[in-house]
Amino acid sequence: MTDASAVPAVVQLSNVSKYYGNICALSDINLTVRRGEVTCILGDNGAGKSTLIKIISGMHPHDAGVVRVHGKDIHFASPREALDFGIATVYQDLALVPLMSVWRNFFLGSEITTGMWPFRRLDVERMRRVADEELKNLGIDLPDIDAPIAQLSGGEMQVVAIARAIHFGAQVLILDEPTAALGVKQSGVVLKYIAAARDAGLGVIFISHNPHHAYLVGDHFAVLNLGRMELDAKRAELSIEQLVRHMAGGAELQALEHEMHR
Amino acid sequence: MTSQLASQRVARRSSLRIFLMRPEVGSLIGALIVVVFFSVMAPSIRHPGSVSTVLYQSSTLGIMAVGVALLMIGGEFDLSAGVAVITSALAASMFAYQLGTNVWVGVGFALLVSLAIGAFNGWLLVRTGLPSFLVTLGTFLMLQGANLAVTRLVTGNVATNDISNMAGFNSARSIFASTFNVGGTDVSVSILWWLALVALGTWILLRTRVGNWIFAVGGNARSARAVGVPIVQTKVGLFMAVGLCAWISGMHQLFEYNTVQSGGGVGLELEYIVAAVVGGCLLTGGYGSVIGAAIGALIFGVVSQGVVYADWNPDWFKFFLGAMLLLATLVNMLVRHQVNRKQPA
Repeated sequence: MTDASAVPAVVQLSNVSKYYGNICALSDINLTVRRGEVTCILGDNGAGKSTLIKIISGMHPHDAGVVRVHGKDIHFASPREALDFGIATVYQDLALVPLMSVWRNFFLGSEITTGMWPFRRLDVERMRRVADEELKNLGIDLPDIDAPIAQLSGGEMQVVAIARAIHFGAQVLILDEPTAALGVKQSGVVLKYIAAARDAGLGVIFISHNPHHAYLVGDHFAVLNLGRMELDAKRAELSIEQLVRHMAGGAELQALEHEMHR
Repeated sequence: MTSQLASQRVARRSSLRIFLMRPEVGSLIGALIVVVFFSVMAPSIRHPGSVSTVLYQSSTLGIMAVGVALLMIGGEFDLSAGVAVITSALAASMFAYQLGTNVWVGVGFALLVSLAIGAFNGWLLVRTGLPSFLVTLGTFLMLQGANLAVTRLVTGNVATNDISNMAGFNSARSIFASTFNVGGTDVSVSILWWLALVALGTWILLRTRVGNWIFAVGGNARSARAVGVPIVQTKVGLFMAVGLCAWISGMHQLFEYNTVQSGGGVGLELEYIVAAVVGGCLLTGGYGSVIGAAIGALIFGVVSQGVVYADWNPDWFKFFLGAMLLLATLVNMLVRHQVNRKQPA
């Protein structure tokens, strides 16, 4: 593990809050994401994980506090703006269009074109080739790049989404529950690619409610509970048991343990 | 075990499978069936003159089916498309006649009106978030009423005045509603418009960025937005494309008949949708083809003329049409089910 504080922060949140009507979804969140690190955000359902990544990824603006990207104060108006700052998000639903082919999905929104207007057209051959190469670089060899993406397995779709983000120059990769719907083996595959992305120098934000998956790849852990930051610790300061305990709400779990004791 | 898996994974899809993946398959089978059926039942449909008539019939529907199919692939309906054709024709005719301008000025005005109707539909849809069924049902009724009311207000009649003596009529007619001779058979220019639009629509859909966005907004709008596809512009643009088709179609009607009946167009919007669906467009968006919609329109033309040439009661036309709709959509569904099964891993 490198000395984390030496690496400059890519994304920095200071006292960020978000309200939906009179409901406070997040309050006073401080978080630092560095390059070459996996920052895990853990928490139960409704803890505010999704709200937090929606702010960083530009889906929803924050209501209070400061979000800095590369040291600059920002207020994203759309995911496109966040992308332009190098922040790419792989959502739970993967932001893939099921009936479209693998290569069309790979380049969706950032298509390569050739020729002059009005004859500007998609550079189909190049896009198919690049998509195939990028996927092979991450170690998946798809039988057919023209097949609708719905025909791939859940893990393969995750990897397509990750490869896409890396190809388009993501410096920060946000992964929303990438292992939630996967079996053990497929989860392992995805975790391997998360580690690969980190080693490639990306700042990875890994949202999960599975502390065991998080602990396998995480360098830095933030636990949310009811919109508040309950824990913010480096890997060295934390054991897996402590993490599990925090995740379940620490004291609450102890009470539950006591209650359920047989 | 692993080597067996690996060999399955690299297996290429056969070319038959790739062909069956095309959205047009169902409509192609349907078209073959009706063509063979009516060739046998009504042999006179095989004469060049009849073929030209069938193609002409197909083109009047097919021009609109291009825009409607693109819109449906983009995930939306336009129920106002039928009466919007009449609105466009009325706008051109009355504007030129009342102001005594060259007919071409009216034609240009109608283009603006048609694009504005499309933009209004699209804008209302994205602003309100209401389903396009409701939004365009509203504009359908509004246009239907406005067509009648404004025409009566301006001309005191339910039809527009004959504009065939006005300046620019002949040149406009030659563009929108002339015929030309191919080997002794008169062919309407409307067929050329249709083919050109199908080619343009197909090219846009399969070979441009906008085409990629159309599939994406219809297939999964949230995903499309997340990767930076301009959803609002794409949807509004699609409605305006329907407006453009309505303008071409309306101009054809105007210069074919010289006057416009203000009450027309009602019910045609469903025929456009039928053509698109028979052609393999998924009602829920994200899948389909412009060529398919053209084949759907062709089936329409063959059936409508076939019933006439077979000397049957024309009442049977709608019956056949309904049967074709069911058959083609069933074939589409079955084929897609067979082909899109996940391959054994």
